[in-house]
Amino acid sequence: MVKKIYFQSIFFSFFFIKEAFTAESGGMPQLNPEFWVSQIFWLILTFGIMYLVLSKLILPKISNNLESRKSQILENIEAAEKQRNDSDAKLKEYDEIISKSKLEANSIFNQAREKALKDIGAKREVLDKQIDNEIAEAEKEIDALRKNAPDKINKIAIETSSELLQKLIGAEVNNSSISAIVDDLSKRNGDKYYGN
Amino acid sequence: MAANPMSQFDVYRIGPEIKVGAFDISFTNASLFMILSTVSILLVFNLGSKKNSILPNKIQLLAELSYTFVSKMISDTAGSKAKPYFAFIFSLFMFVLFCNMFGMIPYTFTVTSHIIVTFVLAAFIFIGVTVIGFIKHGFGYLKLFVPSGVPAVLLPLIVVIEIISYLSRPISLSVRLFANMMAGHTMMKVFGGFVISLGIVGGWLPLSFSVALTGLEILVAFLQAYVFAILTCIYLNDALNLHH
Repeated sequence: MVKKIYFQSIFFSFFFIKEAFTAESGGMPQLNPEFWVSQIFWLILTFGIMYLVLSKLILPKISNNLESRKSQILENIEAAEKQRNDSDAKLKEYDEIISKSKLEANSIFNQAREKALKDIGAKREVLDKQIDNEIAEAEKEIDALRKNAPDKINKIAIETSSELLQKLIGAEVNNSSISAIVDDLSKRNGDKYYGN
Repeated sequence: MAANPMSQFDVYRIGPEIKVGAFDISFTNASLFMILSTVSILLVFNLGSKKNSILPNKIQLLAELSYTFVSKMISDTAGSKAKPYFAFIFSLFMFVLFCNMFGMIPYTFTVTSHIIVTFVLAAFIFIGVTVIGFIKHGFGYLKLFVPSGVPAVLLPLIVVIEIISYLSRPISLSVRLFANMMAGHTMMKVFGGFVISLGIVGGWLPLSFSVALTGLEILVAFLQAYVFAILTCIYLNDALNLHH
């Protein structure tokens, strides 16, 4: 129902519009030459003024703006590139310095180690010599002691045995006879006491 | 109830009648909208070119985008020789665009919906291009009417066709713009009238059409300005770089 009314009203409105078309003076106002001259005059006036202002004042400014921005951006890009190259070169330099100093540090370390090793070697030699000397001296002393030992022991044995005899017998015994006996004993048993 | 859809194209006098000799150059609503369009163009581009900041603000961006748009259009179609005519084509494009767009505001007058306005523009372009062609190439410009590689038998016919097509350029250029603007605005008015006459019950369908048409008409307003400018470039290209 609503649909029917809708289409009917569209249909009638067409009639209405057609009537409106024919009812008024008709045709297109565009074809009425009454104001043609006025339109041409005002068109030339406004368009001409606009063209003059645009072409003489505004457009050169815009093109100038665009150019200057372009050149400025290019300049900035160039500057940035230059700075990047500079920083690259600096980085290379820095790397070189670091590797050089690393080498230097290495060589210094090596030198120091060699020197230290040399020092240590020299000191050790001196010490070795000293130790050798001391050992030799000590051996000499021991040798001397060892050489003297039987005599002293003999002496002690003679003295002790003479005192022993004196206490046991109660008479003085001739030292020379005792020493003869001790010598004899020690010669016989020498190997037993001083066996090397 | 519904006004005549053509009454929106009526030109009427604003203020007193001005007569110079036999000519009536009174200030009309058409004049008003021409002045409005040109003043707003000048305003926009003046604001857009005032400051030159590296990061453009919105209006500067608008001006510069329009500038590069038109300059690219010219260099693409007419080559580098067309550079001296850049300002004219830019003005032309902007004038037509702004007049078309002003016409999209309700209750306004569309300057470009009048055949006399578009015809004067087209005739000026036609005469200008022809003069440029003859200045650049002398009578060699007439070679434009003789396409190369055409069999001799067909040549008389082709030349006649070429001459007719050349002479009809101002007509086709002006009628295209005028007819597009007029048809679009008439259609919108008709659909607007439907909305009123069908009322609350049936008015929704034409209303939705009206909304869609408004979008279409804005597109057409831009497109016709673009077509007008690019055809001018093509004619200029014929005159500047004669190759046929």
